[in-house]
Amino acid sequence: MPLPELKFDRTKCARCKTISCLTKCQYMDFKDKDKAKKEWQKVINGEDSSVQEACTTCYACEEYCPYGNHPFYLIVEQQEKKGILPAPRPTVTMWVNQCQPVGKFIVGKVEEKALSYCFLPHFNTLVKGKLFDGIAWSVIFGQEFFCNAVYLHYARASVIKDRLPGIVENIKNQGVKELVCLHDECYGTFTSLAPAYGIDIPFKPIHYYEYLYGRLKELKDQIKPLNVKAAYQRNCSARLCPETDHYVDEIFGLFGVERVKRKYDKESALCCAEIFRMEKGPALADDVQKRNIDDMAKSGAEYCVFNCPACWDSLAHKVVKQGIKPIHMIDLCKLGIGEEQALRLPELAVEV
Amino acid sequence: MAITSTLYDSLVKIVGKDFVSDRKEERYFYARDGGLMPPHEPDFVVMPETTEEVQEIVKLANKEKMPLVPKGSGLALTGLVIPQRGGIVLDMKRMDRILEVNEKARYVVVEAGVTHGVLKSYLQKHHPRLRHSIPDAPPIATIVANAVIHGQGRLSQQHGFNSDMVSGLEVILPTGELCRIGSCSVSSYWFSKGAPLPDLSGLFLGWFGTTGIITKLGLKLYPCKKMRDVMVFLTDKSELIPDIMLKLSHTEMIEDVVVSAQPLPLRFRGTFWVTPYITGDSDEEMEFKRKMVWDSIWEHFENRDVGFLSLSPDMKAPLMSMPSKDTCRFADVSKGGGFQYAGPITPIEKFPAFIKKLEEVAAKYNVFYSSATRLIGAGHCMMFSFSFSFSRANADEMVRAKEALDECSKFALEEGGVLWKADIYEQKLLMDRMDPNTLALMKKIKQLLDPNGIMNPGNWEVK
Repeated sequence: MPLPELKFDRTKCARCKTISCLTKCQYMDFKDKDKAKKEWQKVINGEDSSVQEACTTCYACEEYCPYGNHPFYLIVEQQEKKGILPAPRPTVTMWVNQCQPVGKFIVGKVEEKALSYCFLPHFNTLVKGKLFDGIAWSVIFGQEFFCNAVYLHYARASVIKDRLPGIVENIKNQGVKELVCLHDECYGTFTSLAPAYGIDIPFKPIHYYEYLYGRLKELKDQIKPLNVKAAYQRNCSARLCPETDHYVDEIFGLFGVERVKRKYDKESALCCAEIFRMEKGPALADDVQKRNIDDMAKSGAEYCVFNCPACWDSLAHKVVKQGIKPIHMIDLCKLGIGEEQALRLPELAVEV
Repeated sequence: MAITSTLYDSLVKIVGKDFVSDRKEERYFYARDGGLMPPHEPDFVVMPETTEEVQEIVKLANKEKMPLVPKGSGLALTGLVIPQRGGIVLDMKRMDRILEVNEKARYVVVEAGVTHGVLKSYLQKHHPRLRHSIPDAPPIATIVANAVIHGQGRLSQQHGFNSDMVSGLEVILPTGELCRIGSCSVSSYWFSKGAPLPDLSGLFLGWFGTTGIITKLGLKLYPCKKMRDVMVFLTDKSELIPDIMLKLSHTEMIEDVVVSAQPLPLRFRGTFWVTPYITGDSDEEMEFKRKMVWDSIWEHFENRDVGFLSLSPDMKAPLMSMPSKDTCRFADVSKGGGFQYAGPITPIEKFPAFIKKLEEVAAKYNVFYSSATRLIGAGHCMMFSFSFSFSRANADEMVRAKEALDECSKFALEEGGVLWKADIYEQKLLMDRMDPNTLALMKKIKQLLDPNGIMNPGNWEVK
């Protein structure tokens, strides 16, 4: 069966005046719009371009494109066609092998509304308490339900296209009608990636921010103001669903949490950069992480609020060294209703 | 019957009745180990508490020409403490005292039953700035037995075999004399097993208890840094592994490096995992060492032949644990719990040939495999494990695993490797290849030290 093709409309790019996909890129120098236009034209034409080699796979151009024309997915397609390896080949092999759906999965007592843990064990710790009353047992987790969007980082669109229809079918077969995605990667897959490839999603994806906000409104009598300043750590896959970002402000608003104004937030956010370490080595990753955390500290943030568990693993111990408390958004909501933070600092270097 | 009854009484007289047994249960248990060697029961199991008791037992056994097999925790898996000719198994567990830690000379003196787990805990509690080379065996592995089999551990990349870290011995010779080896033979300090004296430790280390019973052992300790971390690099090219190991050791920044290969879980399939460990007393030191490690293999990373894996805490935890628990997990892959490995010591250039052989043999005998290679010294050699798991309830699988191991051992020898903690059949393979004069020297030593051939007979038996 042929793999689905990317729905890319070159006419949208032809009439684009901003070439935002490149001019806004934080890792490639395309301040000159004409230069950007020329280079992007090469990409559209499938010619060799510095873009395919230099792309850090930060996902951000998906957000920058004003037409929703999926410039990043196009870059990934072309990287794969041209045999360009954003990350070393063994790393790609490891990832492709690790997430194969081979019949090992964990499901709870799945109901029509279910939680997707993606492939992240952190949610076993996070999903507890009143926020998840009535749904905590309705869980899917593991390779069988793993969205596979991670392969965008590894120039393996073919793996996504190959596996995603089966993943969607597996979820559907659990009788799920509404899927609360606890990871942006899953939500972005179902709301951005799948439509871009014409893959139907037979259930309603719900971003967990929307879910949390709804639950908090139900629990409004128990909300206690936290009155703290927090830096928000946007993750790469948030670029696939920027329409959900307003929930950050709305949830923060419920607790009196101030989202500090800083250089690297919203559209100019820096990701956790750990993927850069695997792709480009430590220099870029260390630089991005340092700039990001220095910026948090400079902004006066007391907390760093994480959306993505992978960002948490990469940055939590590093923000602590700057005197900032790391907390996952779910845990922040728990604090706001008088419950305890569940996800604690990961160990980096263990004392012997 | 009368003789054994007299012997039993004599043994009771030495250690007390609670610590001698000729009961079926104990004889069954002490007849076997966790590996694939066939069992053989002892006549007695004895648990001495003091050097003096050991001495009395040895004198008795020598007089009666009764085989004597000293045993730690019996974890070698190659049947080295299976009493091939019956006799007495001397279980050293009760000699479990840590006698001295010299912080300034960085050594510890332990009795023969002290385990790696106990010493690790003791040092963490009382001497947190010191550590020893912990092998990836269960924590009940004894320090003495591990040294006697030339074990390796977490500091072997820096300091060689764990037996190289021995700093003195107290031994009961097979004829009953107590003998001190190393600096402790002329001084109250246990800082050297040989130099500047003639190094007599080689009469006992590697001999599997066939030349005497070690009752005390001095072990070198090393600085324990405040922080420790692991990095994971991946490659799918086995031919690069020797170069990667050399480059990593060239940094002189890593304490240990292990290369893992196994088909399952899926994340391991198709790649070799190279895991260098670093330690430091500050973030700056750690960062500097990380950079040195990266720099050392940057060329391969740039060529896209070597990848780096950022680790989540759940992935990092098992890699950080000392000893590694992965061995136990692997042993239960085939439910019914069993595994054995051949671990030849070999030049690191042999890695590609060995991994190819491992995959071939696993397919040929239809057994599940795993391999963990540890660098020993600054690239001087490596221990390459051909590991196979099996279910003890599956006799056919056990036979296939044994045949697979035998084929791997023969291959390792042909390739210039030397078999580690060789079982009695492998010892014969080694001795068949050994220089005749070396073999003759071994025979003279054995006859000189153990004229009645009572010590762990069957092992290192030169015809």
